[in-house]
Amino acid sequence: MSGVAIVGIGMHRFGRTEGVSGRAQAVHAARRALDDAGLRFSDMQFGFGGSHSAGDADTLVSELGLTGLPFINVANGCATGGSALIAADAAIRSGTHDLGIVIGFDKHPRGAFDTDPAEHGIGSWYGETGMMVTTQFFGMKIQRYLHDHGIKPDVLAEIAAKAFRNGARNPMAWRRKEITADEIAAAPMISHPLTQYMYCSPGEGAVALVLCRAEDAHRYTDRPVFLAAATFRSRRYGSFEVFSPWLALDRAPSPTVDAAAAAFDAAGVAPAEVDVAQIQDTESGAELMHMAETGLCAHGEQEELIVSGATAIEGRLPVNTDGGCLANGEPIGASGLRQVHENVLQLRGDAGEHQVPGDPRVGFTHVYGAPGISACTVLTR
Amino acid sequence: MTAPRFVDPSLLTDTADGPALLGSRCSDCGAHTFPRQGGCPRCTGAAMEDVPLSRTGTLWSWTTQGFRPKPPYTGTEAYEPYAVGYVELPDQLLVETRLAETDPDRLEIGMPVELALVPFRGDDQGSVHTYAFVRRTS
Repeated sequence: MSGVAIVGIGMHRFGRTEGVSGRAQAVHAARRALDDAGLRFSDMQFGFGGSHSAGDADTLVSELGLTGLPFINVANGCATGGSALIAADAAIRSGTHDLGIVIGFDKHPRGAFDTDPAEHGIGSWYGETGMMVTTQFFGMKIQRYLHDHGIKPDVLAEIAAKAFRNGARNPMAWRRKEITADEIAAAPMISHPLTQYMYCSPGEGAVALVLCRAEDAHRYTDRPVFLAAATFRSRRYGSFEVFSPWLALDRAPSPTVDAAAAAFDAAGVAPAEVDVAQIQDTESGAELMHMAETGLCAHGEQEELIVSGATAIEGRLPVNTDGGCLANGEPIGASGLRQVHENVLQLRGDAGEHQVPGDPRVGFTHVYGAPGISACTVLTR
Repeated sequence: MTAPRFVDPSLLTDTADGPALLGSRCSDCGAHTFPRQGGCPRCTGAAMEDVPLSRTGTLWSWTTQGFRPKPPYTGTEAYEPYAVGYVELPDQLLVETRLAETDPDRLEIGMPVELALVPFRGDDQGSVHTYAFVRRTS
């Protein structure tokens, strides 16, 4: 079996780009990724990709080139990018293909997502009575987590302040203005204990990656980054997930725990070896919980790590160095690939003002979302 | 006067103690669900039977709703603060619910609560009720 390398990366800036469709942003990202690898779309043997609200990825061929390649649409919510990457990984490892592209993009209207309960197999009463609201789920989940682990809510504002500090150093980020922890804590309460600035917003953006067999990587780049693992897991009985009219009394670990453990296992890398991590921060509490669920630290240890600056770009465990979802927004189809794009920049040493010092060699990414899914990667060089 | 309309009568059943939420119980493994469903999410069997859920429990987690949600929410047009939470029903499950109390300072994990039917919207034919949990005093 072949290993898999990432030899080209491309991105359309996240945020709001009036007048530019999600598909056009995807084409922009794809062309950047192809240029980065010194390749043309006609060299691609496969394409996998998707968006949640900006159209079908396979229609991008009308702009990129009608070459006859198999282009498979992926629709897997927050794990759309991760799932496309897993498909590419399998296609290359199995020997089916040598070289291809994955593309994630999106363009969402302003404001919180509104979701139809029927799409989740839930009666209309659930939405009518005001419980089909994702922001509530995050409030309830972190409320319980803080209670169980004796963590003070003040740390939630510190996490968001770090995200905006990192965003200010990242030219591709949406939110590029620092906001102090005091301002964040004093912002309007959305779902207790989470205020407005502790949540990310739906946004726009696109990312593309060109991948190939590891042994071919030096044909296209002198700085390949290797996809040591890409994993995906769904929820088990007893995990606490969004849009759940009921939960089991038995508590089970989140799909994050399973997906992260599988990724580290497949890569043969220990969490302690991670030099830079991008983890799902739909809101501040998510970053807090996911730091421990991914195995990067112990439950209850996060408060000290965050307050001491260990998770800052210059810290010993840099987390969300590009500003994460909080500073970049969450275009669902693109968000997971943004994390991989950031880690490739970091491992190449190309992250500029937000570069992690010390020559990072191992990067970890993690997405988490509805209806209880998680996808992780380990990148090495 | 007619009884208030309920948002979805299939969620409720009558018991000697008053209305209760109607769930399912797996006759093979004992797992509970709400609302009712045909398959067991724990043992993957399909031997589910109807069961009234406990009318009392303790608050397991909670949060508040700081703005009027977009559709499919159909509550009162004007924003009225509300809270939601999960209530632990002993030996059954955790049920997600609206909470009658909306003041964060008076909501606390572990507080005893009981089922109530409360209005959440009205029209020219009167109010429509849903279920909620309120602090248990007795």
